[in-house]
Amino acid sequence: MKRYILMRLLYTVVVILGVSILVFVITHVIGNPVNTMLPLQATDAERAALKHQLGLDKPLMVQLSEFLGGMFRLDFGKSWWQQVPALGIVLHKIPATLQLVATALVIAVVVAIPLGIIAAYKPGTLLDRILTTTSLIGICLPPFWVGLMFVLFFAVKLGWFYTSGYGTIRHLILPALTLSVVPMGHLAQIVRFSMAEQLNAQYSITARAKGASDFAVLFAHALKNAATSIVTMGGMDLGRLLAGETAAVEVVFGWPGFGTLIVDTIGRQDFPLLQAEVFLVAVIICFINLAVDISYGYFDPRIRY
Amino acid sequence: MSQDIQTNAQIQIELREPEQNRNAFQRFLRRFSGNSLALIAFIVLMVIIAVSIFAPYIAPYDPAKSDIVHRLQPPSLAAPAKGGFPHILGTDQQGRDVLSRLIYGGRVSMSVAFAVVAVAGAIGTVIGLISGYFGGWVDLVFMRLVDIQSSFPGLLVALTFVMVLGPGQRNLTIALLIVGWMIHARMARSQVLTARESTMVESSRAIGCSMPRILFGHILPNVISPLITTYVLEMAHMIEAEANMSFLGYGIQPPASSWGLMIGEGRQYITNAWWLVVFPGLIIGITVLCLNLVGNWVREEFDPLQKGRH
Repeated sequence: MKRYILMRLLYTVVVILGVSILVFVITHVIGNPVNTMLPLQATDAERAALKHQLGLDKPLMVQLSEFLGGMFRLDFGKSWWQQVPALGIVLHKIPATLQLVATALVIAVVVAIPLGIIAAYKPGTLLDRILTTTSLIGICLPPFWVGLMFVLFFAVKLGWFYTSGYGTIRHLILPALTLSVVPMGHLAQIVRFSMAEQLNAQYSITARAKGASDFAVLFAHALKNAATSIVTMGGMDLGRLLAGETAAVEVVFGWPGFGTLIVDTIGRQDFPLLQAEVFLVAVIICFINLAVDISYGYFDPRIRY
Repeated sequence: MSQDIQTNAQIQIELREPEQNRNAFQRFLRRFSGNSLALIAFIVLMVIIAVSIFAPYIAPYDPAKSDIVHRLQPPSLAAPAKGGFPHILGTDQQGRDVLSRLIYGGRVSMSVAFAVVAVAGAIGTVIGLISGYFGGWVDLVFMRLVDIQSSFPGLLVALTFVMVLGPGQRNLTIALLIVGWMIHARMARSQVLTARESTMVESSRAIGCSMPRILFGHILPNVISPLITTYVLEMAHMIEAEANMSFLGYGIQPPASSWGLMIGEGRQYITNAWWLVVFPGLIIGITVLCLNLVGNWVREEFDPLQKGRH
């Protein structure tokens, strides 16, 4: 187990390094931020001066080694846009997004898992069909559009919530609900599918034959075995959301989180800030994946590391 | 003995005959038997594609022609006072016909998604086939690359590319291409790994078939159906990705239009002109849903384990 985690952490370092270098090379070889940062009528001398100030006139290998050296000290340099350390800006924006994503995921889990279990318990019924169809539709609708529809109905028409902003629970509900739609659909589908599979397995039939109640078969036997696929899907959704997929929805609701920051970063061509974001996303994704993998051992004791 | 074989063959031919008497269209429809939902999805999809292709002949108005007097008119079936075709889906903030913009926007959305899947699918499939067939260090290098990239969310990588290349349809296509090739490579590789060990491949190797012939003439046709499923489902993903990027302002640029961009542009008028946002989103949802239904149907229908159900 220890050895496994150590190996995984090593791999995590490789992924983070790989992705960071990839983004660094893309931005520094193809990109030319000076043109967008200066007005059109800027002279060549002004461009050269800015290039020198940003350190973009040094050889690429020197820039890369300086960047990597900084990365090991968690120093990504100052944001060109805000003139403060880039990592600080990113860390400052994470809590708002975390709040949003956590609420969304709780809503998704609370709704999807019971419904998925019921559908698997009575396959082929009307409820099962309705659930399967709605979860597919939920996955197919673009989240930012769903958000706008919620705004139109719940905020503009009914006036229950604020259309945008950050701070109170009346700000939080609509964006969280919007973001919960896709994970809800994913989870309902995977719960329905894997529970049906487990309920047809030999051990479930045996449990029923020995007289276990439906409740016990569902929750003590089938759910624990279905949990590995459910956790895998949940982990993927969590990673996706934390990694900037919330951007469009955050923009819709004026939510000052990580997603909005990414959109601003791209607009302003702020390389240090982008590198800090990429680094953080890679760290988050790797640790979610690690946590998911370790949880397999708990749900399925046959899996050992 | 030879007599027996002949009769067997004759019986088989007789058994097959009813199927052959049907024309191709009937046989095609029969494939959908028991899954009318997939058939409906397929037809809807074909209509959307046809409308996108023949947009100039179908769209009632020029999508870029503004008519500031008749701006923000709600959907109506009545002919406008100035005459001409009714603005069935209303007009936008510049008086442009929403239906016509939807039709032309669909053209852009579909062509971006199609271009990405065609090129990424071809590149990914070839890399996956070669990687899976040869194994060794080729496989190791490609699959590590795929691992690293796919453990990282596509949106951020695509945005990075658009940031350095600049927005627009061509650069968006390139960005999505770079994000989208891996899934095809991974899929093709996993299929080849099993096909590689089959007797069929062993015998073609034994009679001296060349490597490209084995890969593309023997293995590819046998593993194509799961790959087609991936292509169809990736179309859906790419339509969503394009909409997402265009909505954020880093995809298609005005005056061109796409479904995602229409939502982004109509957003500020949402309180008094709901039709600017509702219809583009609905059509994205319908297209993606149909692609998913057709993709799932292809998976079930052409899965070798489920063959012979009909």
